[in-house]
Amino acid sequence: MENKIPEEFEVVYCKPSTLTDMPMHYCPGCGHGIVNKILMEVVEELNIQDKTIGVAPVGCSVFAYNYMNIDMQEAAHGRASAVATGIKRVLPDRYVFSYQGDGDLAAIGTSETIHTVNRGENILMIFINNAIYGMTGGQMAPTTLIGQVTSTSPYGREAAAIGNPLKITDMLAQLPGAYYVSRHSIHTSNAIRKLKKAITKSFEYQKEKKGTCFIEVVSNCPSGWKMTPLESMKWIEEHMFPIYPLGDLKIPKEESKVTKENPN
Amino acid sequence: MIKGTVKIDEEICKGCELCIVACPQGSLGLSSHINTHGYRYVELIKDNCTGCINCAIVCPEPAITVYRQPKTTKSKVA
Ligand SMILES: Cc1ncc(C[n+]2csc(CCOP(=O)(O)OP(=O)(O)O)c2C)c(N)n1
Ligand code: SF4
Ligand code: SF4
Ligand code: SF4
Repeated sequence: MENKIPEEFEVVYCKPSTLTDMPMHYCPGCGHGIVNKILMEVVEELNIQDKTIGVAPVGCSVFAYNYMNIDMQEAAHGRASAVATGIKRVLPDRYVFSYQGDGDLAAIGTSETIHTVNRGENILMIFINNAIYGMTGGQMAPTTLIGQVTSTSPYGREAAAIGNPLKITDMLAQLPGAYYVSRHSIHTSNAIRKLKKAITKSFEYQKEKKGTCFIEVVSNCPSGWKMTPLESMKWIEEHMFPIYPLGDLKIPKEESKVTKENPN
Repeated sequence: MIKGTVKIDEEICKGCELCIVACPQGSLGLSSHINTHGYRYVELIKDNCTGCINCAIVCPEPAITVYRQPKTTKSKVA
């Protein structure tokens, strides 16, 4: 259809200026692209582009530094939160975040993750849980669901041999250093709007030096799951949410009264 | 109803179809053509877009720019 844009029309959505022009390498429909974009929308809206430093992981989002038009540092596998700790301590007036997958944050980097939150480092940690190692070809992750077929669990994950899916976010919420812990998703436009609010809130808390903000994003890996992007979004709802339910796991004490009175 | 429209960067689109199901108006569809990366890209197939931006929010690339009739024009008409 020939689409002429009437002159009087206003732009109501365009790619944020905080993303570079480089096309993303993620597979079609991958949640990484959505979260990279939403994160940069928040940085644009808060006008903190020159004050924000991100730490990229090893995993499919290893090239996040090519897309996010801010200062970025690449970390060794699993160590993003430790690197972010160092950056934040040297430059306490910057907004610092780490961005990691489940293999990075909840397997090889478990120790760094736990101790960063336990220390209450004043950073935002973004955790992309797609229940698989995407980059290396779809191996089982600590977050892989029971029965889920991956290249290293060809008959489905069995709890007896492998243990149950690691709910690392629930564990971290117990630590006193965790200030705000929340689980979100990217399966609908409304879910993405809520995720955006949570990221905005986390940067505001960081400004007030409140402690660690931790956001889990229940995401997809259409290639590793061997599904179309649309099938993967359904799979998130049907299979991931029962194990990883959405919502706040820890909210600031000052706000819990208000939230109880006006649930959003 | 507020009128809107979208512009899709067909070279950036990967044809994931997330925007198609996110659109409450059914305004979007896959083209029968492919872009230089081999993806069938998305295009506007109906003239009923309201500029709600749902499609742009779910687009990972992001390949969609959304335009809307300004509110002031609307009040002038009314
Ligand atoms: C020290 C080390 N061990 C193992 C690897 C191989 N490796 C690369 S990425 C990855 C896991 C990626 O999975 P995840 O963190 O879930 O990210 P995703 O790709 O799914 O986004 C592994 C094991 C490596 N690069 N370095
Ligand atoms: S392999 Fe999975 S996580 Fe990695 S880019 Fe592709 S869909 Fe995304
Ligand atoms: S802006 Fe809204 S109505 Fe228009 S194409 Fe996108 S989702 Fe559909
Ligand atoms: S969501 Fe974006 S990349 Fe996916 S089909 Fe729509 S325009 Fe293309």
